[in-house]
Amino acid sequence: MSAVLPIAGATPARSEGVWRIAWRRFRGDRVGMVSLFIVAAFLVLIALSATHVVARHWQQEVGVPNAPPTFLGPRPPEDLGTIEVPKGPNVDLSDVDPLAPRYREWAERAARMKTTEAPRMATLPFGGDRLGRDVLSKAVKGTEVSVFVGVLAAAVATTIGTLLGAAAGFLGGRINDFLEWVYNVFTAAPDILLIFAFAAVFGRGIGTVVLILGLTGWASVYRQVRAEFIKHRNREYVRAAEAIGASAGSRMFRHILPNVSHVILVRLSLLVVGFIKYEVILSYLGLGVPVDQVSWGTMLAEAQAELILGYWWQLAAATAFMALFVTAFSLMADAWRDALDPRLRGAD
Amino acid sequence: MWAYLIRRLWQMVPTLIGVVLLVFLLFKFFGADPAVIVGGLNATQEQVAAIRTQLGLDRPWWVQLLIYLREIVTFEWGRSWATNEAVSNLFATRLPATLTVMVPILILDTLVALPIAMWVAYRRGSLSDRTIMVITTVALSISFLVYIIIGQYVFGFQLGWFPVQGWSDSTLTNLLTFVPLPVLLAVVVGISPQTRLYRSFFLDELGHDYVRTARAKGMTEGAVLFKHVLRNALIPIITNIGLALPGIFVGSFLIEVFFSIPGLGREVLLAVNRSDYPVIQATTVYLAMLTMLINLATDLLYKVVDPRVVLK
Repeated sequence: MSAVLPIAGATPARSEGVWRIAWRRFRGDRVGMVSLFIVAAFLVLIALSATHVVARHWQQEVGVPNAPPTFLGPRPPEDLGTIEVPKGPNVDLSDVDPLAPRYREWAERAARMKTTEAPRMATLPFGGDRLGRDVLSKAVKGTEVSVFVGVLAAAVATTIGTLLGAAAGFLGGRINDFLEWVYNVFTAAPDILLIFAFAAVFGRGIGTVVLILGLTGWASVYRQVRAEFIKHRNREYVRAAEAIGASAGSRMFRHILPNVSHVILVRLSLLVVGFIKYEVILSYLGLGVPVDQVSWGTMLAEAQAELILGYWWQLAAATAFMALFVTAFSLMADAWRDALDPRLRGAD
Repeated sequence: MWAYLIRRLWQMVPTLIGVVLLVFLLFKFFGADPAVIVGGLNATQEQVAAIRTQLGLDRPWWVQLLIYLREIVTFEWGRSWATNEAVSNLFATRLPATLTVMVPILILDTLVALPIAMWVAYRRGSLSDRTIMVITTVALSISFLVYIIIGQYVFGFQLGWFPVQGWSDSTLTNLLTFVPLPVLLAVVVGISPQTRLYRSFFLDELGHDYVRTARAKGMTEGAVLFKHVLRNALIPIITNIGLALPGIFVGSFLIEVFFSIPGLGREVLLAVNRSDYPVIQATTVYLAMLTMLINLATDLLYKVVDPRVVLK
């Protein structure tokens, strides 16, 4: 494939593709590029976390409970108000103590067991939670889970929406009527109620959250893909493909789909942001990620009780990670939309 | 007009049947066995079988569907499995609390977001426009949960301006004492997306020729904005409010959970946690009905706002 060089005064032999034009426009968008780098950095972090390179030991209790962040320094020892341990020799009870003959045996058996008392840190880089787990590792692991759920659920919703939208838009007729009816049914009740109804039926767990969000969130993709397919259905290139004997499936997915894929991509990225927010809320309410996993939502749920005691770091960590990722991702999605929106093409 | 109304109502029937079918099939074929849920952990085989007969679960599924349809039409939803409270009673007692919180939120949200949006749209591209857009982007990316957690901590716990949570029997006390904090937080959260949306509506209108004509005629900027642009932008604004309206009946369940407000949203969440199917099913079906009616009302309102609109 030859590179297309912009030659002054000459028309290029081959017109630029949608993606190339979009990329050129995207590169000019400074905010978009910065957010792309931030999102890419997060994806690297998630990949490292998923392959257990970082944050592998997030469940280990490495610090003292609620260990403060290192920059705050260790917490001063508190007066716990406990009763003092009595000093002086113990009273000899061996003549009345029925267990006395076995103490020596137990002491020997205990000596054969080896226990290691892991040293607990007084401070952790960004503090510890109620059990003394490292908040930073938790935040990294939580990022992995939350983003994974958001992206996968958006992928499920986009797949469903695209398939149904393509069928309704391209095939039309009865299929269109039927799918429009299904669409109306799914959009009839408020989103959150539908999610609750599905959650009541399918139970808890990461896979379930993905399924619930995917099954309830496809409507917006369907709507737009259907409109695009109706627009493209009778274009010349599709008629030409039909004339050379391309099947309906081939025309739908090999000819039209690449031409509307940018619309789908923009929808997908908008869904990711929405689903991450939903996952956080569902996990907070106990309808999402199970207790042996961590996500931004479960961290916020723990943070609420900690805040009252003055331990703000878990809340800060979860909020900061989430705010940074979601802001960068939404700005990137906006820049994508600006770069890919065909209505703007030719405007610059 | 009447023909339009009747036709629109008639068109709702298939959708409504669809919602009923969806809810019925979802719980019937994917949900756990209701008899086991009702029976609890210590129920014997015989007890479960007895409950099954009592609930009509031993009949063929289409008979169950008919029973279900009859319940919907007669508004006889039976009782909650968890508390044995009649579902209709549940609606009657929980809805007022939800509305007490949600109606002020919706009104304030709109009243605050509209002027800001109009102002930034008018000064498009200026520093204040860009600053507000950046602020809203960041504000949108922080979870609603964080606002409530911090707001409740700071204003309720640290400063003590408002009670942390609570509710009373008197609507006035509720409005004056318990509602302000949740409303304040919800408005702060809701204002970002609303401002962005309304800004785009105003921007659309500001680009039209009639704006230039109005200015050319020598109208004051105030008259251009409030008499022309606002009036034209009202259609998408009403659509948006119409879309938000059904939501106020389930309320912001998060607000109700955090502030212990005995509303419908909290009840639905409790029902989900207790697998209390009748409550979830009833809420979903009735809210779908309500949503469709509100959509119809919104369409009728277009005609009032814009005489050019032809209902067909």
